[in-house]
Order: sequence, then C-alpha cells, then structure tokens
Amino acid sequence: MVGLATAFGSGAMTNSIDDIADDAQAFFVIGTNTTENHPVIGMRIRQAVRQRGAKLIVADPRKIDLTNFAVLHLRHKPGTDIALVNGLMHIILANGWEDKEFIKNRTEGFDDFKAVVDEYTPERVSEITGVPLEELQQAAEILAQNKPTAVLWAMGITQHTTGVGNVMSLANLQMMLGNMGVPGGGTNPLRGQNNVQGACDLGGLPNVYPGYQKVTSPEIRSDYARAWGLSDEQLSLEVGLTATEMMPLALEGKLKAIYILGEDPLMSEPDTNHIRQAMETCDLVVLQEIFPSETAPYADVLLSGASFAEKDGTFTNTERRVQLVHKAVESPGIARPDWWIVSELAKKILKEGKRQIGEAAYSGWDYQNAAEILEEIAALTPIYAGVSMQRLENGETLQWPVKDQDHPGTPILHVGQFARGLGQFTPVEHIPPVEMPDENYPMILSTGRVLYHWHGGQMTRRSKGLLEIYPEALIEVSEDDAERMGLNGSRRVRVSSRRGTIEAQAMVTDRVPPGMVYANFHFPEASANELTIAALDPVAKIPEYKVCAVKVEAV
Amino acid sequence: MGKVNFTIDGKEIQAEKGVTILQAARQENIYIPILCDHPALPPEGACRICLVEIEGQRALHPACTYPISEGMAVSTNTPRIRAARKFNLELLISDHPLDCMTCEAAGNCLLQDLAYEYDVTEDRYEGTKHHYSVNDPNPFIQVDRNKCILCRRCVRACREVNGVEAISVFYRGFSAYIGFGADSSMDNSPCEFCGSCVAVCPTGALWPKLSLGEGRPWQVDRIQTTCPYCGVGCQLILEVKDNKIIKVDSAWDGPSNHGWTCVKGRFGYDFVHHPDRLDKPRVRKYLLDGKKKPAAEKRKPEIEGDPWQWVEVDWETALGITADKMLQIRDDHGSESMGFLTSAKCLNEENYLMNKLARQVIGTNSLDHCARL
Ligand code: SF4
Ligand code: SF4
Ligand code: SF4
Ligand code: FES
Repeated sequence: MVGLATAFGSGAMTNSIDDIADDAQAFFVIGTNTTENHPVIGMRIRQAVRQRGAKLIVADPRKIDLTNFAVLHLRHKPGTDIALVNGLMHIILANGWEDKEFIKNRTEGFDDFKAVVDEYTPERVSEITGVPLEELQQAAEILAQNKPTAVLWAMGITQHTTGVGNVMSLANLQMMLGNMGVPGGGTNPLRGQNNVQGACDLGGLPNVYPGYQKVTSPEIRSDYARAWGLSDEQLSLEVGLTATEMMPLALEGKLKAIYILGEDPLMSEPDTNHIRQAMETCDLVVLQEIFPSETAPYADVLLSGASFAEKDGTFTNTERRVQLVHKAVESPGIARPDWWIVSELAKKILKEGKRQIGEAAYSGWDYQNAAEILEEIAALTPIYAGVSMQRLENGETLQWPVKDQDHPGTPILHVGQFARGLGQFTPVEHIPPVEMPDENYPMILSTGRVLYHWHGGQMTRRSKGLLEIYPEALIEVSEDDAERMGLNGSRRVRVSSRRGTIEAQAMVTDRVPPGMVYANFHFPEASANELTIAALDPVAKIPEYKVCAVKVEAV
Repeated sequence: MGKVNFTIDGKEIQAEKGVTILQAARQENIYIPILCDHPALPPEGACRICLVEIEGQRALHPACTYPISEGMAVSTNTPRIRAARKFNLELLISDHPLDCMTCEAAGNCLLQDLAYEYDVTEDRYEGTKHHYSVNDPNPFIQVDRNKCILCRRCVRACREVNGVEAISVFYRGFSAYIGFGADSSMDNSPCEFCGSCVAVCPTGALWPKLSLGEGRPWQVDRIQTTCPYCGVGCQLILEVKDNKIIKVDSAWDGPSNHGWTCVKGRFGYDFVHHPDRLDKPRVRKYLLDGKKKPAAEKRKPEIEGDPWQWVEVDWETALGITADKMLQIRDDHGSESMGFLTSAKCLNEENYLMNKLARQVIGTNSLDHCARL
C-alpha cells in the first residue's frame, strides 16, 4: 500500500471492521465487490444500511450485489477512478464542504493538491468517467453531509497501472473530509488472501524487512545483520525483485532459481503464457505446496506442506489483527508444517554452504514451534513488539502496532496524529489505462473473484460443495453485447487478448456494462490470467488485472 | 439511558433501561430457558418457552421480549411457569419426530435439552404429524421441515445478519413451513449459503450436508482457528473426529465475525482431506540420477523412466537435493540469481522465516508474494 504510506506513513487499513460497521454514517465503496470477496464485511455493510440507515455509495463499473443496497451507484468507466475522486473533491471544495480545521492542523501540501483538483471540473470529470453530472453532485453531497464516512476499497483500486495514484486520491478525499483517526471513518484497503497482511508485515516484500523497515537503510541493515549473525555487507542494501519482475528476468536467463511457498503463479500472475515460459527456463523451481497445483508441472522439487488445519501459529487479518491458528488434524503422510520445512532447509544450506554466519541472538534455525518464531518476530519487528503466543492464548486481541508487552494494540490508526506527523496531500492526475480497446480488441476485460471460489481455486475446486455450486468458469457479458454477438444465454464465448485466448460459458447479465466482460481466475481451463497484461504500476508493481483490451466472439 | 431497579427471583438487580427481562437475567447469569431467542439475533417472542411471572400481572410474559421496569418483581421458575412451559413443549413435540437416536442434532439440540429438562417423554397430543420430504437439492444444507419448530431464528439470521431474505415462513397455523425464495429450493433463492441459518437453528431442521453421519457432538474435539480464505479473518471452530474435520461451528467471540461466516469458511474446509493432497516430498528423477535438467520440450513425465518423472522421496533426500542445487546456483551465479515467493496463505511465522531464508541464508532481497493485495 505504497499510496497510503506516502500520505500517512503507514499503509494498512486504518480502522477496524467493528467500528466501520457500527459507526460509519456513510460508506464509499470503490473497487471492492465486498459481498463476494470479503463476504462477512459485505454482510456488515448490508446490516449497517438496513438496520441503522447508513448511506452507501458504490463506485464500480459493474453492478455488484451491494448496488442493491446503495443510495447511489456511480458506474464509472474502468480505469477512471482518479478522475472520479478528483471530481468529487472538486465539488466538495467548490462548495466549501471540506473540513478546514483538519486540513489546517493535521495535513500539509493542500495548496499544490488543490491546484490540480481545480482542473477537474464536473463537466470534464463526467466526460472522462461517463458518470452523469447530477450523480457526481449527489455523491459529493452525501460525503459532505455524512460524517464520518468510511472509504473501503480492494483490488479494483490497486490492480491498475495507476494503483498508487488511485489510493492517494482516496487518502486525499478522507483528509479533506476530516475522516481520519475517527471510528467509522478511515481509508480501508481490504486485503485479499487470509494472510496477505501478515506476509507484508513480516518482510515478504523486496523492499522491506519485517515491520516495513526499509532494506535501503544502513541502520536497519545493521540491526538485522547483528541479530542474524552477519556482517553488514552480507545483507544487500538494494531493493530486490518483485514477483512480476522476476518472470521476465527468468526468461532472459538472469534469474536461475525460484523458490515458491504456497503460491500458484501460473494461476495468479498476469499473462500466464509468459509465466509458463519463464518457469521452464529456470534451472531450479522449488515448490512448497499442499496440492500439485497448476505450477507443479514446472517444478523440479515439490515439498509437501501442511494446510492451515495442521499447524499452530498466527495470521494477521485485514484490520491488522494478529489471530491464532490452531492445529486440528494431522497432515497426510509425511507432509510437514512449512516452518519446519524452511528451517530444515536453511540448516542444510548453512551447514554446507560457504556463507559465514556467526553466533548471535537470532542466527539459528532450531525452532521447536511457532511460538519461538513469534518471539523472534517480536524482537525484530517494532509493530509486533508486544505480540506473543501467550497473550493471544490468554484471549487478548491485538491489532498492530503493539508497541510492547503492556500495549493494548491499535484498533484505529492516526488518532490525533499521523504516523508520519502531518498527513500529506498529493496531487494526482488521471492517466488512462495502458491498454485501451481498439479496432482489433474492442472490449474491456476486467477480472476478479466470485463468492464460491478463491484465488487460483486450488482449495475451493477441491471442496465438494463449492465446486458443485460453481463448477466452471463463467464470463459475464452484457445483454447488449450478447445480442450483438448472437449469444443466447447458454452459448460459449471465446475471449482473446494480445497474449492469449480462453473459452468459457457466457453468463448474460446486467452486472457488466456494454463493452465490458468480466472473468475470474479460479479455473485453469479458462483462467482470465491467460489474457491479462503484465503492465505494472511503476511504484507498487501491481499488475493491471482490472483493464485490458479483448475481443469476444461466440463459439 | 437510566438504570432500572427490579428483582428476579428475589435477587435485586440493576440494569439499563430498555433491556428485556431475558437480557437482564443473562447479565446476572440467571437461567431462563429459550428456544426462539438467540443472543445474536433480535428477539421474536414466538415459542413462549421463556415465560416468566411478573408480580401483580395475571398473564405470564415472554422474558425475551418483555422490557424491565422500575420495581418489577420477576419469578422465573414457579410451578405455574413450569407447567406452562411444559405444555408449550408438549405441543411442539406433538408434531416433531421422536427419532433423537439417529438425529444429527442429538446432543446439540435445544428442543431435546428442554424436553429432558421438563420431562416431556411422549407424544401427549395425538394429532396429525407433518411428513415433509427431505430433498432440497443444494450442495450444502439439508432441510428437514419435519424437525422445524418454526422458531424463525433462520429467518431472522438471513434477513438481519446476512441481509438477503432467502428464507421466510409460508402460510399460517398448521400449514406453516419455512421456504426459500418464492417458495422454492435453496439454490433457487437469493441464498448465498453463508450458513448463518444453520448456525442458529436450534434443532436438526437445518444441517450441513457435509456433516451428515460424520459424528456426534460428544465425540468431537472442538478447535478454534482462523479461516484460511479471505482477509476478514473469521474465527471458526473446527469439529474434528478421527483426524477428520467434520463440521465448522460458530465462534461467537470472533472479533471480526462474531460467529458469522461466508460459504467458504463454513462449508469449504473439505479440501484439507482431498485425495490430491501431497503426502510426501517429490523430486524429478534427473535430480536423483545426478543428470542434467531436460529441456522443456523433451519432458515426458508420464513415461516411466523419463528424467522429468516425479519420484517420491524422504525429507532427507528432498531437502538435501534442494540445498545442494540452491548452493550450486548461488556459487555459480550469485545470490541475486535467486528469487523467493512467499505465501499470503501461510503463517506469519512462516513468512518471517522465508524472509530470513532469502536474506540471511541466501543474501538476496528478491522476495515477494504473488497477489500483492
Ligand atoms: S445460508 Fe445464509 S443466505 Fe442462505 S438461507 Fe441461510 S442465512 Fe440465508
Ligand atoms: S429451520 Fe430451524 S431455525 Fe428455522 S424456523 Fe425451523 S427450527 Fe427454527
Ligand atoms: S468465512 Fe468467508 S468472510 Fe470469513 S474469513 Fe473466511 S472467506 Fe472470509
Ligand atoms: S425464547 Fe422467548 S418466546 Fe421464544
């Protein structure tokens, strides 16, 4: 969440599910199909609307389920989020509805930012986004009149080449409205997979050590070197490669080995063909997994890991809450918890390799259980400093930052002060998506998930009921387009982009606007990522899953 | 809101104005039996099992809907109350199958518990019993209307909690039954299979199909954990028998979900026991033979003896080969020639170790996870 880190100094969801559900007077939901991707949060939004009359604005090109509960559905064109939000802020400023006190006391950079927003007149914004003028006006009014408003988003905002800018605009909006640091407000990116928050928190990123401590900082490097029994030079000060950068380098033969823990890049990365070739070119692909996934045919070694039900440890949910995972059953055969596998491998490499590791507090790999690893995490990760298995087993519920053993955790971030001091307004300009429809590929493809499946589908396709109720990929096509193509409900369609082709059953629906189709990436026979483009946001390096140009034909 | 002083069974109690007798009693740990009420749902006042006596009032009142007031004196367990509750139970039982010995809900059924408590042993009111067929075709939830006591917990859960109104009660009186959508099957209704209705059903009327015949409540271990799917992080209770997860139950103290789930958390756990699970490490045959990696177009893993064939091995072999290969690549091409993808599905502890493996052991920052959100 680079965008949020720039604005506030911290990149996670600022508020908690409970306070948003109970205290928000309005919701601005943009780029999240919440009832399908974060269903229990979707449930809570529906409750808030039904039971206490909270106002819901949905901004989404698709007519998602939540639009049935919304007072207003802004159906903006894909890839025009920045223009839309700038337009709303323009109207808010023009009417003097901004929170002047908050802007003055808690933020900086307002004037430069305002200069850009001034350019986004309602007429221009309506032109770019396709949203009628009255609806822009109405939305701005609802935002101004309902304090606090909680802003929620998910991949519909981040999976664009302008993802970072999209997030910054939403941060700008919430600062302008004074909705930061209060229950029921905040900027709330809903994290996708169960522990994507934890993976980011604990250094699973090429630019930071655990706790978002920059790898480019010599001081931080020294801290880790000392803790891990290394000399400073043994740790790199260079930012490493992102997943999406690794693949082209593998193709060029510069990246020789890929070690994959519990991920399925063949399904989840954009431009599948490209990934296939990259994996084939590597000297070594190690895959640690619970199933022979779609990536397995490319692996040299397959290490059998344990499922969530077979190990003890912790996950961190989207609201920064560290929660216990408990072992319920034994793994099949000799499959082992992933922490055990990684530790044993590390010990072997250290024993046989040339790299010198000295004695230090955390140089070793002799872990008896996850609790011991969590102790090491707490010692080296300031935001997890006060987290321990014991506190969690005692029933404490801890949201980071947890500064020490006595600190109760932080349900709401930026109360009274931002992590970086003052909140930073950043001017953001609208930039059209990298690949726009043209003569050969006249339609827009957007991708995402459905309620009954999850991610690459490795788990949900192996769940009897889930597979039975949603057994194959469906491609959403609008009624207009269906008629034009001569589809009659049950026909199959072929969708092609510059990178690949898939065939699947069409679902004719008013969920998508004319000119757009929507596909998921849960089924290998028809995975949307055969089509998607590996164009990256230049800062966050998140692929543009949400917009690419395609051609759709009846089969 | 002010405070109200009153008594329950002679005990002096102070509670918030506006709460019901049942809510006040709960706060004081005073037991009042319930059937249609559920702590996580708005009250309904349908079953009249929670009847209590209020001094100075002739009629008995349901504690779950009756608000407290200043000076009120409530009795919860007089002979008159017990008789009234028993009568209401007998009426319910008179149209309820008495097949507890094979019922899935036995041991986990409020009706059974109350019948025991009030000594309702037989069918005292001869009359017509319903005989509904049990055949809702959806993949998740068995609907047995014969066991339904029309408490409407499911109706409220669906409407108030999930917000979709897939269940309602059709017709009235003896003809009344629960139905879905426009009186159709569950999969032909707005149902999203969140399982909230199953979670609150006090009898065996709604039951997870995956759990049928899998075990009794007293035979299972109950283990609380976190859902493996999305970032909401719902708390779940896994019911385990003979090393198999047989059911997911609600963890009412879950801070992000308060007991509710979606279809994946409630019914999507059986992948854990799927026959595809990898139960041993595997390496390609060429690695065991110390040969060169075959070119992509020459790989024929399905052919016996092909260098790209999988061979199941023990951990010592698998990790030994992996370590050797990784060291060789680092020695030949440097640590920057290696990339690590860690997992948004794995534990915090495992993600930390992947970061330590890449950085401390190998010496590269090229570590990422797939879905960057
Ligand atoms: S499963 Fe959920 S949506 Fe379906 S009927 Fe039950 S409560 Fe309603
Ligand atoms: S199905 Fe269960 S919850 Fe619903 S009315 Fe019948 S007994 Fe009550
Ligand atoms: S039960 Fe559903 S909403 Fe809850 S964490 Fe699991 S997938 Fe997410
Ligand atoms: S529990 Fe009070 S009427 Fe049913």
